[in-house]
Amino acid sequence: MPNRLELSGITKQFPGVLANDNVSFSVKPGEIHALLGENGAGKSTLVKMIYGIMQPDAGEIRWNGQPVVVQNPKAARRLGIGMVFQHFSLFEAMTVLENIALGMDAKIPARELEAKIRQVMQTYGLALDPHRTVATLSVGERQRIEIVRALLLNPKLLIMDEPTSVLTPQEVEQLFTVLRQLASEGCSILYISHKLYEIKALCDTATILRGGKLVDTCDPKQETSRSMAEKMIGTNLKDIVKPEGRSFGPAKLVVSKLTTKKAGHFDVPVNGVSFTVRSGEILGIAGVAGNGQNALLDALSGELRGDDANAITIDGKGVGLLDTNGRREQGLCAVPEERNGHAAVGDFTLADNSVLTARERMGMVGSGLIKTSVAKLYTDKIIADFSVKALGPQSLAGSLSGGNLQKYIMGREILQKPGVLVVSQPTWGVDAGAAAAIHQALVDLALAGSAIVVISQDLDELRALADTLAVINMGQLSEARPVQDFSVEEIGLLMGGIHGTEAA
Amino acid sequence: MNMDLLIPIIITLVGASTPILLAALGELVVEKSGVLNLGVEGMMLIGAVVAFAVTFSTGNHWLAIVCAALAAMASSMIFAFLTLTLSASQVATGLALTIFGTGFSALFGQAYTGKPIIIFDSMFPDELENHPTFRVFFDHSPLVYFSLFMVFAVWWFLNKTRSGLILRAVGENDFSAHSIGYSVVKVRYAAVAFGGAMAGIAGSCFPLLLTPQWAEKLTAGRGWIALALVVFAAWKPFRLLAGAYLFGLVMTIELYTKASGSMGLLPSEFWAALPYLATIIVLVLISLRRSGNSAAPACLGKPFMPGQ
Repeated sequence: MPNRLELSGITKQFPGVLANDNVSFSVKPGEIHALLGENGAGKSTLVKMIYGIMQPDAGEIRWNGQPVVVQNPKAARRLGIGMVFQHFSLFEAMTVLENIALGMDAKIPARELEAKIRQVMQTYGLALDPHRTVATLSVGERQRIEIVRALLLNPKLLIMDEPTSVLTPQEVEQLFTVLRQLASEGCSILYISHKLYEIKALCDTATILRGGKLVDTCDPKQETSRSMAEKMIGTNLKDIVKPEGRSFGPAKLVVSKLTTKKAGHFDVPVNGVSFTVRSGEILGIAGVAGNGQNALLDALSGELRGDDANAITIDGKGVGLLDTNGRREQGLCAVPEERNGHAAVGDFTLADNSVLTARERMGMVGSGLIKTSVAKLYTDKIIADFSVKALGPQSLAGSLSGGNLQKYIMGREILQKPGVLVVSQPTWGVDAGAAAAIHQALVDLALAGSAIVVISQDLDELRALADTLAVINMGQLSEARPVQDFSVEEIGLLMGGIHGTEAA
Repeated sequence: MNMDLLIPIIITLVGASTPILLAALGELVVEKSGVLNLGVEGMMLIGAVVAFAVTFSTGNHWLAIVCAALAAMASSMIFAFLTLTLSASQVATGLALTIFGTGFSALFGQAYTGKPIIIFDSMFPDELENHPTFRVFFDHSPLVYFSLFMVFAVWWFLNKTRSGLILRAVGENDFSAHSIGYSVVKVRYAAVAFGGAMAGIAGSCFPLLLTPQWAEKLTAGRGWIALALVVFAAWKPFRLLAGAYLFGLVMTIELYTKASGSMGLLPSEFWAALPYLATIIVLVLISLRRSGNSAAPACLGKPFMPGQ
């Protein structure tokens, strides 16, 4: 039997970057094939060429043994290639049904399409109301639309771009069941992820890219997570250095019965949330997207102000009525989830973005004027310490890749040495090497006496990083307990809203 | 108010609203595709002068309307080429189109200044047209029925057809539409062409329906009211109909006060300014009510440049 997909000598040049350099590999029918690599390794470009969004400068794509030119995504779908994007190509103001109809090339009457959608959802256990507007759905639900859309076309090759970053462990397991079922029916799967344990659990083969070049094709079941990560980054991986069994200082951040008003229809408000973070402690907050994380972060950072000063106290001082700047003065810094547009202004330079949040704490303003040299020096330090790939402090924030911008933002807040740091998704979209560096910086900050709150959906991250863990579900927070006391299954159940389960 | 006055007022109101309604329906489709064409007034003037010239020389109203639509559509293609192919600023290009249309119609219409044409009147039998009560339904130009049909047609197209779905998708998220495989630029060209044709027909209403004598700037800023109306209607065709008739009512009051010389409390200039004042008030009210949660197509006015 010929290979389902075969790439030979694929090369793609962008101005100033060779995104893919002579890449060749093949995918067999029914094979689950992983594509691994750091940010900027060329995975996305490669996949875009397979799906017809871009054309290679050189090289050949063979489909079932026949050389093909994939002119556009429509041609790709006609061949039987489906794709689930990392950044969903969804239309916010439209319903699920309309969104799926847009992704179909065949003209199917709405009623017939709905029946088909319901059938696919039932076959693969994906729950979704076809008549809801996308703007009201959580990230996880949005992903389901993309998956259903791709499955409706009966693909022979399904490309999944980082599909699990927003799912609970149970949902991931469910997705894997779907993917294995598809593979057993003969559908090949090209699976892009940086979660190495998932690749070990799911994939038959892994192709590793670094700097646009193919560095290795291996069997992930024969490799360790560490060995694959090291192939990805090309050097040895550093472990988080975290002393065992250390004790914590006095309570630094105390939150009691924090409740927010409705925060718009994109997220649920938080309701009666209480927790304490001590000096030197990292509290992890796990949960599926859309369960109040945004409201919690905004309420802690000061973007949403409550009416009770003592709902949030820092070192015993009530800060509940203060705004963002007031809280920064009290030593509380925050990193919201959305990098471009919320945590940073894309059209501003990095230096100007530093001024936005670090001006008081780092002394960047005096007599009403900005001290540009101080801002530049600080930004240079961030770029150096967090190995941000940018031309310099004068680069526009929007010109950085997602991972690099994340590194910059984390650096900007961590280097201010805040007494309390609240971060959401500290390593979303950041590759293994950089994630390790960010994790170490957070641990070092805690060791220096700061209290840290990490809101994340990545359980591996939380288990590696956090000292104590709580789970947020529908705006309510479970009791915080030492992280060792939780099993993965229990966290998963709590994330799904089943409380009071005995630890396994 | 007695029926003798009410029925003529309704008939005048419907006539005065029709050009605004037609132009606004065209602009609604254009904006739903994510393009903001501020050249409506200019395209209407081009339509008006072409319709006048064709009627003056041939006497054929239908031909005049078709020519007006084609001429305005041609001018909208200049706009489309600049903004969609060359990614020029939509606001600046639209304003330029209005200035161009004003100048073109003044130049081309110079020869016709003060000359009359025959109005494009109702085509129903006299018994219906002159019936004391039922003439409220029948004493209208075919353009009026066409505008009402287009309200329904635009609603049906946007909400019930696949092409309408694609058009909305392009206006909602151009990059997603592109990545799924729809040609954003082609859809927008088609929408702009439709908007141009509708503006041309709207323009033809002025000589054919309202003032059968050529004068410069015949459309008197009604294109701007049409633009405001699209926002007022929250991009919904049937709300557009209600809005257009509301403005028609205000303009009719102006006509009647002028004609009767009554309502001497306020100068006639006040009544003449009223529609524009109403436009501003409506826009302010809408902005207040809908701050931060706009019904506007998400990509409205943003040029689409498919990069990497």
